[in-house]
Amino acid sequence: MLATAVIVLREVLEAALVVSIVLAATRGVVGRGAWVTYGIVAGTLGALAVAAFADVLAAAASGLGQEIFNATVLFIAVAMLGWHNVWMTRHGREMAASLASVGTAVRVGDKPLYALSIVITMAVLREGSELVLFLYGIASAGPGQPTELAGGFALGLTAGLMLAVGMYFGLLRVPSKHLFAVTGWMILLLAAGMAAQGAAYLVQADILPALGETIWDTSYLLPDDSVIGRLLHTLVGYTARPYGIQLGFYAVTLTVVLVLTKITPGSTRRPAA
Amino acid sequence: MSKPLFRLSLVWILGLAPWVASDAQDLSFALTIKDHRFEPSELQVPAGKRFKLVVKNLDPTAEEFESHDLKLEKVIPGGSEANLTVRPLKPGTYKFVGEFHEKTAKGSIVAK
Repeated sequence: MLATAVIVLREVLEAALVVSIVLAATRGVVGRGAWVTYGIVAGTLGALAVAAFADVLAAAASGLGQEIFNATVLFIAVAMLGWHNVWMTRHGREMAASLASVGTAVRVGDKPLYALSIVITMAVLREGSELVLFLYGIASAGPGQPTELAGGFALGLTAGLMLAVGMYFGLLRVPSKHLFAVTGWMILLLAAGMAAQGAAYLVQADILPALGETIWDTSYLLPDDSVIGRLLHTLVGYTARPYGIQLGFYAVTLTVVLVLTKITPGSTRRPAA
Repeated sequence: MSKPLFRLSLVWILGLAPWVASDAQDLSFALTIKDHRFEPSELQVPAGKRFKLVVKNLDPTAEEFESHDLKLEKVIPGGSEANLTVRPLKPGTYKFVGEFHEKTAKGSIVAK
């Protein structure tokens, strides 16, 4: 049961962390719960569909369907995360101010909740489909498996949720004035890491060149499959043996989003463009 | 679509323009998954040469071929096979696992 739980936790970890960061980034926004729920539900349904058609997807694009699909899902999330940060440049200060003064829910114009909802959908979709296939495998392994399945699933899911809840309340300890600055940086690093991961899928599919096979190797120090390695992988895009192009995608994402937030008109009462 | 979003998408589309680097893959090696085990569990390959790795999953359920050493991960649905391109390897041992059955499904590629 523990082995099952570990795999379940591994697969839900990324989505759980993404959800907790999004929840912190939307603190005080009316209607965020509904959007987060839509994101999770859409991602789950999508994951079931992807798992059901796994053979079709695997065979698509001359056998590269899976890599292209994963990269696309990641890049959509990157675009949405970037868009959120650009939007926050315009409205972040108002939001922080009203959060600090009122302390409760505020309706802040059109904070792009749909964008963050899509981010959640993408996170749940990608890891979720693997989880579904894994669980289906156990379920069909014969009698006596239901306990293993249900117990492992419940345990892994609970652990993932606890991590997310811990992360969320940890973030809420950040003073309101700085909260959105902190979540903004976290979202930026999340986006850069996802871009780098997407690049790796495209290298695997031979669509992009590696531009350097192993820029560094810290696998002896902090392996990719260690708990901390995985956490850092999700939060800041850590990879023990990155390709050159992964660093390129990471740097370009950071730069593009930062430049866009710098050239976007600031947060005073200007009407949205 | 608003301006910043448009610019952001443009960057990605340009970034994705496929300048495909595909050279001939004469070398090919095969692995089979059965009863959640790899056969053979150790594969000898020449170092410094790119090759195709065909992984056949004879089990009825899906397996995820995963190797941090080789930087590969791919879900292989039950009863199907996947083609993976392995990039030129330095001499050494490269581990891989079937992530869904890590206890039994493990093996390594030895590049010489």
